[in-house]
Amino acid sequence: MAGQARGKVAIDVEECKGCGLCVESCPPKCLELAPELNSYGVHPARYTGQVCTGCGICFYCCPEPGAITVYRIKAKAKPVAPVPGGEHAAAV
Amino acid sequence: MANESVIGVTDPETKSEVKSEVSSEVKSEVSPQASNDVYEPIHSKSPVFYDLYERKAELQHQTHYCPGCGHGVAHKLIAEALQELGLQDKTIFVSPVGCSVFAYYYFDVGNVQVAHGRAPASATAIKRSCPGRIVISYQGDGDLAAIGTAEIVHAANRGEKITVFFVNNAIYGMTGGQMAPTTMVGQKSTTSPWGRRPSNEGFPLHMAELLATLEAPAYIERVALSDNKNIMKARRAIRKALEIQRDGAGFSFVEILSPCPTIWGKDPVEARRWVLDKMIPTFPLNVFRDRRPEIPAGNEPPQRPVADVLGITPKAEARDVSKPKHAHHFKDVKIKIAGFGGQGVLLLGQLLIEMGMREGLEVSWLPSYGPEMRSGSAHCHVCLSKERIGSPLISHPDVLVAMNEYSLRKFAHEVASGGVILYNGASLPADFSAPDVQVVSIPASEIADKLGSTKATNIVMMGALLEETECLAPGTALSVLEDKVKKLNLLEIDRKALTAGRLFIDEQAHIGAVSQPDGFA
Repeated sequence: MAGQARGKVAIDVEECKGCGLCVESCPPKCLELAPELNSYGVHPARYTGQVCTGCGICFYCCPEPGAITVYRIKAKAKPVAPVPGGEHAAAV
Repeated sequence: MANESVIGVTDPETKSEVKSEVSSEVKSEVSPQASNDVYEPIHSKSPVFYDLYERKAELQHQTHYCPGCGHGVAHKLIAEALQELGLQDKTIFVSPVGCSVFAYYYFDVGNVQVAHGRAPASATAIKRSCPGRIVISYQGDGDLAAIGTAEIVHAANRGEKITVFFVNNAIYGMTGGQMAPTTMVGQKSTTSPWGRRPSNEGFPLHMAELLATLEAPAYIERVALSDNKNIMKARRAIRKALEIQRDGAGFSFVEILSPCPTIWGKDPVEARRWVLDKMIPTFPLNVFRDRRPEIPAGNEPPQRPVADVLGITPKAEARDVSKPKHAHHFKDVKIKIAGFGGQGVLLLGQLLIEMGMREGLEVSWLPSYGPEMRSGSAHCHVCLSKERIGSPLISHPDVLVAMNEYSLRKFAHEVASGGVILYNGASLPADFSAPDVQVVSIPASEIADKLGSTKATNIVMMGALLEETECLAPGTALSVLEDKVKKLNLLEIDRKALTAGRLFIDEQAHIGAVSQPDGFA
């Protein structure tokens, strides 16, 4: 799991309801609940900035349509090993 | 979810700090980071969702679902499948009653919201009217497995080519946690506070297994939103169900076991685990059906006009709408006929619309009656119009035919100013008055009785109506009666009754007449 990030996660803190399902689901454990509150008084999820594989699991576990956007590094010389959910990236 | 830092970190300074930090982060997502890596979004909000949800003035960027609710995940999986299959513009989504009642605020597709449990019935109608559309019925377990049990069973049994997503959280969520048909043995709810006991409340309903006993369904699967692996399986199942509908292969049904953290009293992570640990053992995940139903070829019902089948084809000359037999001096006439059940109230309306049709008019007939076949109160609305009729419901009739005193008193105030009331009675009740309308009393029951049968009372009233309003030709009335009345002796009485009604109007002085320029009074 460790190693250089292959993707990253952007979280809309105002859409996030702080349920924590993405934190629980993230295979490389690169998400956490922020200690700060958003304007609705919940601790939104945030990306730790490390080791995101861009698998997209957090996106599918998140109940909010637009709270999570998953990015993946576009041009990588070496093909990455398939990860859960990774096979769907090709369709997008 | 419980976190000590919730309390005490609410000062505005901290908040603004969070916001500024976040906005800078969001900005950095758009442009490449410090390294040379170029990022592309691979999972983002589906265009099948609206940008903003305009249900209420505030919080338009969030769904109304609780944190950790399974509906959001199910919505996202459906939205993604619709997007990937290119079906967004062809889809009609039927929202149920329950927490997901507002799904139409989220999905940017065709939307209908229907009565509790009736989604499969409405979806049937929509799909049969628009066979090229993708029709999705999205229902919860209270909606589908309790009040809507009949609808789902019969839609599945007919093999309607719709897709049903059944979100099962084993409880009534929106109403506050009552026991549902799917509530598990031992599960506590507000209406099973000691846990569901089969001796008293029975066993949970297994809808997927139940529907899999039917012959017609093409695809039935149960999935769960319990963990990463099962969510991805759910994603495939939802997509497959929609593909089956797209290909016209038959009825597809996906049961989705879904967490309800709020009502279960668990945090979202615990709730999801509870689906895995408790729900799946009770509701095993499986593909219960995956085959095309064997429907005999050439088994389509014949497409014949209704009139042919019923043998009610009007005579050719009567159907010739280009030459109406009667020069109508009106644009439309709205008639309300009211009385006791058994007085021929509804039949009189039917005779009038039959006459209207034969004279080339647009017609409508809207009955309203109690469960009794005799006595009780009945009325019907009849519209006769030269133009298409917008609504068969009449708020202010031009003509009220009151077959008894009760109806006279009940509906007289509705009559449009300048309208006519035809009252079946020798004279008006002493204390009755109706300003701005013309009231005519016709002793129709007595006239009919003298002619041989009080059954003809409504025909006397029809004669009076035709003479008073001249809305339809008496000749048409005679031809309709000849076609409709099978007994010759009764037909003879009806003929006389029609004439008697007309003559009565001719001969009698109008009571309380207020002359109006519209030709009715």
